[in-house]
Amino acid sequence: MKGYIHSIESFGTVDGPGVRFVVFFQGCPMRCKYCHNPDTWELNTGKQMDVSEILEAFERNQSFYTTGGITATGGEPMMQLDFLTELFEECKRRKIHTCLDTSGIAYNSGNRDHVAKVDRLLQSTDLVMLDIKHIDAEEHIELCKQPNDQILAFAEHLSERDVPVWIRHVVVPGITDNEEYLFRLGYFIGGLKTLKALDVLPYHTMGETKYDKLGMDYVLKGVPAMDKNKVVEKKEIILNGIRKRRDELKK
Amino acid sequence: MREEWKDFVGGKWDHEVNVRDFIQKNYTQYDGDESFLADATQNTKDLWDMVMDLTKKEREAGGVLDMDTKTVSTITSHGPGYLDKSKETIVGFQTDKPFKRSMQPYGGIRMAEKACSDNGYEVDPEISEFFSTHRKTHNAGCFDAYNQEMRACRSSHIITGLPDAYGRGRIIGDYRRVALYGIDRLIEDKEAQKASTGRVMTDDVIRLREELSEQMVALKLMKEMAASYGCDISKPASNVQEAIQAVYFGYLSAVKEQNGAAMSLGRTSTFLDCYAQRDLKNGTFTEEQIQEFVDHFIMKLRLIKFARTPEYNQIFAGDPVWVTESLAGVGVDGRHMVTKMSFRYLHTLENLGASPEPNLTVLWSPRLPEGFKKYCAKISITTSSIQYENDELMRVTHGDDYGIACCVSSMVIGKQMQFFGARANVAKCLLYALNGGVDEVTKKQVGPKYRPVVGDYLEYDDVWEKFMDMLEWQADVYVNTLNIIHYMHDKYCYERAQMALHDRDVLRYFATGVAGLSIVADSLSAIKYGKVKVIRDEDGIITDFETTGDFPKYGNDDDRVDEIAQSVVHRFMTAIRRHHTYRDGVPTTSILTITSNVTYGKATGNTPDGRRKGQPFAPGANPMHGRDTHGAVASLASVSKLPFNDAQDGISNTFTIIPGALGKEDQVFAGDIELDLNK
Repeated sequence: MKGYIHSIESFGTVDGPGVRFVVFFQGCPMRCKYCHNPDTWELNTGKQMDVSEILEAFERNQSFYTTGGITATGGEPMMQLDFLTELFEECKRRKIHTCLDTSGIAYNSGNRDHVAKVDRLLQSTDLVMLDIKHIDAEEHIELCKQPNDQILAFAEHLSERDVPVWIRHVVVPGITDNEEYLFRLGYFIGGLKTLKALDVLPYHTMGETKYDKLGMDYVLKGVPAMDKNKVVEKKEIILNGIRKRRDELKK
Repeated sequence: MREEWKDFVGGKWDHEVNVRDFIQKNYTQYDGDESFLADATQNTKDLWDMVMDLTKKEREAGGVLDMDTKTVSTITSHGPGYLDKSKETIVGFQTDKPFKRSMQPYGGIRMAEKACSDNGYEVDPEISEFFSTHRKTHNAGCFDAYNQEMRACRSSHIITGLPDAYGRGRIIGDYRRVALYGIDRLIEDKEAQKASTGRVMTDDVIRLREELSEQMVALKLMKEMAASYGCDISKPASNVQEAIQAVYFGYLSAVKEQNGAAMSLGRTSTFLDCYAQRDLKNGTFTEEQIQEFVDHFIMKLRLIKFARTPEYNQIFAGDPVWVTESLAGVGVDGRHMVTKMSFRYLHTLENLGASPEPNLTVLWSPRLPEGFKKYCAKISITTSSIQYENDELMRVTHGDDYGIACCVSSMVIGKQMQFFGARANVAKCLLYALNGGVDEVTKKQVGPKYRPVVGDYLEYDDVWEKFMDMLEWQADVYVNTLNIIHYMHDKYCYERAQMALHDRDVLRYFATGVAGLSIVADSLSAIKYGKVKVIRDEDGIITDFETTGDFPKYGNDDDRVDEIAQSVVHRFMTAIRRHHTYRDGVPTTSILTITSNVTYGKATGNTPDGRRKGQPFAPGANPMHGRDTHGAVASLASVSKLPFNDAQDGISNTFTIIPGALGKEDQVFAGDIELDLNK
């Protein structure tokens, strides 16, 4: 089987633990306003690669990845679920650490066959980095053109299946920096028993030039980059939400 | 055993000059962290404030504060100089005061004059007259012997940066010998060496005997110079302060007489730690005192200055001395060589602040202790002042007592030296191959009149064959030129102080270098995998290219182009190896232009890879900027495929990354969330 791959980054240091070989999958149904990889949106295009080709490139320089591994990102890797599963299963056979960087949007809790397939993938997944764009249902649609109910369901599913989760959240001035939302996000993820880390990312404007190059409109034009120091405060609000939920669960 | 050697474990070193044996028998490994280190003392801070003040004045004065225009610098030409005598625990300057640059005309009087006049000074006319009529210089010697072709290659920059008008540098004296044995013993040793030379007076024997005599003169002068500072280095050092001071006097003698392109220190830290350990144990000094000696030593090394011209500074992007000190590494017996002194040297970057000099170079191995690795990482993050080199690669050929001269040239301390050889511009050579030896910028016939390429499109096999022929020619003229240069340097500008601290029979590396490798690799790849149309000017010279179609680019771990780069290096080295080299020098080559790639680019026309005329080359063995699109690992993988056997003088890769791309900031990334919540 071949997958549609956008590109490969051989030195990823922010996409999971250690130094990582990052595979960018092509195709994503989300249309997040701040997406910095709009060139990965379109489905069924890009370079076609098979699993052995990808792993051959990885193994050539395996000594760099002794504390890291492979990260599947994109695009939305779960849009190519079968290929992704084949890749991760082969990784586990070769004892390579696997990390899935996903938005969760491809999850469909109502489809039993699909859930079974996801469960098979998760058996070969060491870590999921779940990017929750917005905790509020309506705001989520406004920001990403997609609902978030399946995303949240996926988060809970991961918790039930005992899959370690890192939650990522991008703080955009005026859109996701509202205290109530941040607290609600924390309250929600506080209920995930496999939550291992929280990665709060300040919004940056570096994606803008890419839109210009691609001849696309950048919706967030004029929105300033998020102050890094303020992000530390925002993170604290999310942590408070987690604490509250955990306290309640203890009682 | 001598009194000064009390408590040291004896061995071969106590009856022959053998510093490595001393180190191996006596060093104490340190596996801990940096918590034992001492802060800067008040004296250190006061002295450093004075230095900062003088540095500011120097900058305000346009880059030079004071120059000697009357006294030709020798080991003893100047009386003692101080910052503040009462506070300095390690003493000695190149001239009679700090920040005063010495005059060194033996490399070339014109260079010395120009260095002065460009900075608003004038060399004493008597000195100018003396070195123009009575005493020949290295530079004059070279130009007496050069032929027309060499001069043409020089001015068209197909061979660049040749050390024919300045000191060649790249020779590291074993300065530790001064501390361990004292000068008297070293002179005795040199006497014995002189008595052991061949009985038939061939050129080689005559030269060796003359050089050994020169070396003994240098040793005597070192003793005199030290005495002017109130120090006796005729005997071995008896504690760590004396040992550091003796090492420094050895080094200082070298920089008083040689304004070399790189004046490196060697591998001194683990050696000195043997003394520090003994002093700590005996209560002779405290940790704070020892750190103070080290801080003052490093401070002195930071103040080594030479008189140089703006052109020189342009080639080397600044005014570097390359006081390279090699730290850590692993011994051939498998023990790592990290000592507390390795930490103390790096700690100077905290006590005195970040600095490019001395060039602290960690000989890296996965087997270095964790505590040291972490400290290196920490200091790298806070100061960006550490260079790393691969001990695993170099230990195989050099053992465990080698050091780095300049940035990557490795040599066994006291046993090997190098004839520095600048660079051949192989990108320009490729253009000569296309144009039958005509320079694409000056339109002059510089290389041989081989047949140029015909037709509108370049064909790989044709270009490759022509390029190989031209490369052979380039290697010919290059090695011949270097033979002249080193002959003349030995004759008129001999490094007597550094060579006095070597064995009698040294191995001489005959270094060459390559610039423009990634351009050549990408250009050949474009010809092979893309389509390259040539554009000729009105004289029929190819001056531009139209390159269409995608082609693999060096720096993406793609064997199709990486193998081209490998074979260019191999073929170049093979051509070099076929030559006679001066004094049986062992030929090596380097791919390491760290700064001069800008200058070389200026002198080179458009290339088939799409680089425009005048644009800088990539530094060293780096891929061309922006062409490595698969991330750092793939980029490094391409570089690491270059054969070290064919580039033993070093392969450099300049790696820059924004901090954010190296990992998460602690504050934003909560890490293990459960721990965080318990706070």
